[in-house]
Amino acid sequence: MIWEVFRQEREGLPFQHGGSLEAPNLVFAEAYAREFYGRRDESFALWIVPREAVDEVREPYVAEVFDRDYRRVDGYSLKVKLKEARERAGTAGAR
Amino acid sequence: MSAQELLALADDELILGWRNSEWTGIAPFLEEDVAFSSIAQTEIGHARAWYELAAEELGTDADALAFDRQPDEYRSARFVELRLVPDWAATIARHWLYETADAIRISDLKSSDDPRVAGLAEKIDREEIYHRMHADMWADRLRNEPRFAEALETLWPYALGMVDGAQRDRLCEGAGREPVTPIERGEHADELRPLWEEMTMVRRSIPGATW
Repeated sequence: MIWEVFRQEREGLPFQHGGSLEAPNLVFAEAYAREFYGRRDESFALWIVPREAVDEVREPYVAEVFDRDYRRVDGYSLKVKLKEARERAGTAGAR
Repeated sequence: MSAQELLALADDELILGWRNSEWTGIAPFLEEDVAFSSIAQTEIGHARAWYELAAEELGTDADALAFDRQPDEYRSARFVELRLVPDWAATIARHWLYETADAIRISDLKSSDDPRVAGLAEKIDREEIYHRMHADMWADRLRNEPRFAEALETLWPYALGMVDGAQRDRLCEGAGREPVTPIERGEHADELRPLWEEMTMVRRSIPGATW
C-alpha cells in the first residue's frame, strides 16, 4: 500500500508534499514517515495519506476563450515601476 | 557504576548494532531497510556514549575499548552475539526482546547515583522510544506467525541473561513469559569470533593509525 507524506517544516507553514512510501498499514507508514521525514528534526508535523484517498485532477486548466490578459501579471515589471516611483520620491538607492 | 558494568552495556549495544546492520541492503523491503539500518546506527551511537564513560575511568578512549580488546574480553551477552541473518522472524524476535529488556535496564539507569550515567540514560531513552515503537509494531504484526513464536521460545533464555537480578522478574512480566534458566553473560557464542574479525579488521590493519 502506497502512502503520500506531506510535511510542515515549521508551525504555521503550509504542508508540502515530501514523498511517498510503501507500508502495509498506517502504523508502519507512520514509523517509516518519522524515519524519513522527522529523524533530523526537519519537520514540525506530518500528514500521512493513503494514495487512493488523493483525488487527482488532470489538466485542470479551463480554456481561455476570451481575451482576458489583464488577469495575468506576466510581463509586468514591478522592479522598473518601483525604481521610477523611488526616483519620483527622491529616495532612489536609499535602501 | 563500575567500568566493567559500563562495558557490558556498551558491548551489548555495539554487537547488537553490528548484527542488525547485517540487514542493510537485504531487509525485506526498502522502507524497512532504511528504518532498521537507522536503528542499528543509533545502537552503535549509544555504544560509543557508554564506551566514553568507561574510557574516562580506564584512561583510554572509546575506539580502543570497542576495537582493541580480544574477543574473550568483551562483556556482551550471548543473546546479542547470535547471527540471525537471513531469518527475519528471529531478528524481530530478538529486536523485540532486546528492546523490552533494554527499557527495563535504561529505566533503572535513569535513577543511577552517578549523574553522568543518569543523564546519558535519559538521553538514550528518548531515542529508544522510536526503537520500541518499531519493535512493537513488528511483534504485533508477526504475533500469529509460527516462526516468530518459535524464535521467541528459542531466544527467551538468552534474553533473560541480558539483565540482572530483579530486572529478570520485570522482563518476564514485560515479555509475558514464564521464567526459565537464563543463559548467563560470560561465555561467548561461537559466532562472536568471526564478527570480531570483521569488526576490527580495518583497525588491526594499521595499528595506531588515526582516522
